[in-house]
Amino acid sequence: MQLLTPELGLFFWQLVTFLLVVFLLTKYAWKPILQGIKKREEEITHALAAAEKAREEMQRISAENEKLLQEARIEKDQILKKAQETARQLVDEAKENAKKEANRMIEDARRIIESEKNAALSEIKAQIATLSVQVAERILKNQLSEEAKQKAYIEELLKDIKLN
Amino acid sequence: MKSIKAILLIFIALLGLQLSAYANPQPEEEEFNAGETIFHHLSNSHEWHLFSIGDTHVSIPLPVILYTPNGLDVFLSSEFHHGKVTEEGIMLERGKNTYIIEHDHIKLAGHEEAAVYDFSITKNVASMFLSVVLLFIIFGKVAKSYQTDKPQAPKGLAGLVEPVILFVRDEIAVPAIGKDKYERFMPYLLTVFFYIWINNLLGLLPGAANLTGNITITATLAGFTLMMILFNGNKNYWGHIFAPPVPTWLYPIMIPIEIVGIFTKPFALAIRLFANITAGHIVILSLLSLIFIFKSFAVAPISVGFALFINGLELLVAFIQAFVFTLLSALFIGQAVEEHHHEEHEAHHPAHEEANHAEKPAQAEIKEEVAVTA
Repeated sequence: MQLLTPELGLFFWQLVTFLLVVFLLTKYAWKPILQGIKKREEEITHALAAAEKAREEMQRISAENEKLLQEARIEKDQILKKAQETARQLVDEAKENAKKEANRMIEDARRIIESEKNAALSEIKAQIATLSVQVAERILKNQLSEEAKQKAYIEELLKDIKLN
Repeated sequence: MKSIKAILLIFIALLGLQLSAYANPQPEEEEFNAGETIFHHLSNSHEWHLFSIGDTHVSIPLPVILYTPNGLDVFLSSEFHHGKVTEEGIMLERGKNTYIIEHDHIKLAGHEEAAVYDFSITKNVASMFLSVVLLFIIFGKVAKSYQTDKPQAPKGLAGLVEPVILFVRDEIAVPAIGKDKYERFMPYLLTVFFYIWINNLLGLLPGAANLTGNITITATLAGFTLMMILFNGNKNYWGHIFAPPVPTWLYPIMIPIEIVGIFTKPFALAIRLFANITAGHIVILSLLSLIFIFKSFAVAPISVGFALFINGLELLVAFIQAFVFTLLSALFIGQAVEEHHHEEHEAHHPAHEEANHAEKPAQAEIKEEVAVTA
């Protein structure tokens, strides 16, 4: 069986060649290739981890943003509400003040009018008294200027007394 | 698609060439002997026979290197044709030596069988060199693409080869040897895998040598695996062979069995690869020989069709056998470097261990320490 007979030459060349192939390929091919693959795999793992981390960070930031926005919205509402309240209060206060002021002014006016009226009345009274005295004086002067008239008046007065 | 079609056409054309090569080595009046033809094509030769047209044989002469009692003799195989054809074979006189060449076997006239050591660059050796050159070209190129500062996605040849390298690493080395130790054996496994694969594929080319279907080649490869096992075998591996976990009275039976077991593993490796590749070649050659046995062109389409089918199958076998050889090598190496699982198990249950060895606490401690360092 020629097929199953080992050949010395072939064995020798195979031994030499294969050892050479293992040595050379290990040095110049397998080591750089396996290292390259390993390096790349590490890089990929690293990149994936970084991407995951970035995604998480992104999520965290966006959640934070959302929270901040929510807080800002609440604060805005609060400020608006407060402002409205303050405005209303201010208006109310102003209204109140105005009313009071008006009332006070009306009161003052009334008091002044009253006092002015009283003053005017008393003046009028004094005037009237003066006028009445003057009129009475003139009338008396006029009526009692003649003797006959004086006598008549006395008589009249006497008549009244008699009657009483 | 176009290139695939072109390759297929060339392939079919080459198949035809192969056919003619088988058809005409014998003179026409001689009866066609399929067995002889097939074995001629399976075996090694001192010249690389390409094809024959009629009686003109086209072959590449290869260097013949002989170590004889009269010193080293180097000449080209084409010199055989200058020899005299005699009953015993071709008689070739060179200086002090007279060689008798019979069926590619070189003898020295008037000497014993072992007097000539034949270190010729035969067809198989030449084919081996060719495959090695191809390996260097391919992997030299691939390795270059990895020598960049920034890792890149594999492109071109590297993209083709890298999945296979990863396959060897992730499907063969890591499962068979284990995550901590596989890296040391990766160069050997990768070399074996690609060496066998490329030679399997080269062997499928028409007119090519049948390298991985040669028992010397497969036995040498298996021998390398054996050396890997023997040099890397740890205490645990040798312990299993020389102190197997059986009662002592069984040792006289077990130890010889274990020692035989060391050699059956590589033996099986060698025979498996040899038989698979040779069988594939025999099937293809037999199918093509049918044409000449029936002496009819009508058989040709069927023969060629079947041969083509088997050739396709052989492409698969080329990969599978490279894979199987590498996987089994990795498994055997994995067994040789495997740690003792029992001790590891004990190390995980120190309480249990202490309870068992309460009467000998010092011994238990040492054992535990060993387990931890192991």
